Amino acid sequence: MSALWIAVAVWLAAWALNVWLAGRAASRSRLGKMLVPIIFGATVLVLWEGLVRGLNVAPVILPPPSAIAAKIATSLPVLWQDFAQTILKGAIPGFLIGAGAAFVVAIAIDRSPFLQKGLLPVGNFVAALPIVGLAPILVMWFGFDWQSKAAVVVVMVFFPILVNMVAGLQASERMQRDLMATWGASYWQTLVKLRLPAAMPFIFNGLKIASTLALIGAIVAEFFGSPVYGMGFRISTEVGRLGLDMVWAEIAVAALAGSALYGLVSLIERWVTFWHPSQRH
Amino acid sequence: MKDTQAGAPVIEAKGLNLVFQTADGPVQALKDVNLTVNRGDFVSFIGPSGCGKTTFLRCIAALEHPTGGTLTVNGMSPDEARRKRAYGYVFQAAGLYPWRTIAGNIKLPLEIMGFDKAEQDRRVSQVLELVELKGFGKKFPWQLSGGMQQRASIARALAFDADILLMDEPFGALDEIVRDRLNEETLKLWARTEKTIGFVTHSIPEAVYLSTKIVVMSPRPGRITDIIDSPLPKERPLDIRDSREFIEIAHRVREGLRAGHHED
Repeated sequence: MSALWIAVAVWLAAWALNVWLAGRAASRSRLGKMLVPIIFGATVLVLWEGLVRGLNVAPVILPPPSAIAAKIATSLPVLWQDFAQTILKGAIPGFLIGAGAAFVVAIAIDRSPFLQKGLLPVGNFVAALPIVGLAPILVMWFGFDWQSKAAVVVVMVFFPILVNMVAGLQASERMQRDLMATWGASYWQTLVKLRLPAAMPFIFNGLKIASTLALIGAIVAEFFGSPVYGMGFRISTEVGRLGLDMVWAEIAVAALAGSALYGLVSLIERWVTFWHPSQRH
Repeated sequence: MKDTQAGAPVIEAKGLNLVFQTADGPVQALKDVNLTVNRGDFVSFIGPSGCGKTTFLRCIAALEHPTGGTLTVNGMSPDEARRKRAYGYVFQAAGLYPWRTIAGNIKLPLEIMGFDKAEQDRRVSQVLELVELKGFGKKFPWQLSGGMQQRASIARALAFDADILLMDEPFGALDEIVRDRLNEETLKLWARTEKTIGFVTHSIPEAVYLSTKIVVMSPRPGRITDIIDSPLPKERPLDIRDSREFIEIAHRVREGLRAGHHED
């Protein structure tokens, strides 16, 4: 039981430390801003470790973080192979293809009211299909390898980006479009110089939603057939072998990859839409 | 070469009508509007909201299309004039693009019209000086005050050097003090550039102070009730607003506005 009490003591001490830090001017510095969440994260891990050890929780139910870290350290080549298969080959190409397709279709919809009436409902319909129904079909169509995973990701990310971009293209003000008209601007000039820049905050909202969906899609699609590697494959087989520490190791990798992808999109967003009130500092 | 001389007609409206089809049935926005604006005129359109003053300006700019009568700008249809970049338009709000710097905003119409790079830069610095915003070219719009933003939007309308400047309540959202300053600057600008200016306002002192010709309009249906040629000299210090002539013109404008209301 001593591990439990140590964990609780560490938790309370770290809590007090963070409260103290947050009240000081130092917490507004760059270092202070990073220190508080790092202490919090470390506390969660210590508490987790202490609870699991102190209460003798079975590793199948919840392994301690130290066991997960040890598993990660000893299976780096496997984790890297799975990461490359699922994220680098499945999620990211699917995300890029889906985003590119949504971009082109959004402009086509914008050009033609006919497509607006016809394509948006179809997109809506596809988005409403459950992923567990769609994934096996796409695996049948595109094979077991990463191509079918990328296809699932394309389907998943396409609609949120499309809807956001179609909304974004309406975001420019009437006065701004009138101005373009008074200068005799063409459709494409108005699109490139006014409507696309004005749509960027919307487009990035769609991209951020899609970046997490891409990860989910690539992992879940592997449940329905894959080569003998990949994060989804590993999770489903290790669950069957009660290798829960490996499942947690994959979850840790997935969480890191998802955060990194989201962070990257947010970073590009800050750079592109620096002018938007939500990004001005 | 006759039509480039001062005093030649630039904008001519004859029997102009505009009916909007709305959900509540047709609305007569303009009824039988006859007006000639000559080169170098400063024409103000004044009237209560719904009198069609903005609509008339938008017709000149080909942003609205009349349903009856004739309207010519520089002897062409408004649409042709728009494509020939006959005018610069200043809206009530500055409408600067926040992702572009002030200089970038002024450059935008020049990019669209295909001016080369060196010419763009030359014109930007020229108009920035004209509206007294020299040194603010690299700022973004949101870093400037409302008055400065509106001056930047005027610079943008001047950059491609159209003969006609159409201004739709450009200072309506600004406070009295800033408005006075910008009115003075607008007059200076008009004197220096010798442009023809169409100016929509709902302020009687602003209309009388600025204009050589005041067009009084009234609503339901939108129509012209009086056209006043101002006897004030071209040089107008701000305190001209206390002179007798000024007060007399203002009185006549007010009477015209009231007469329009009586007919309701």
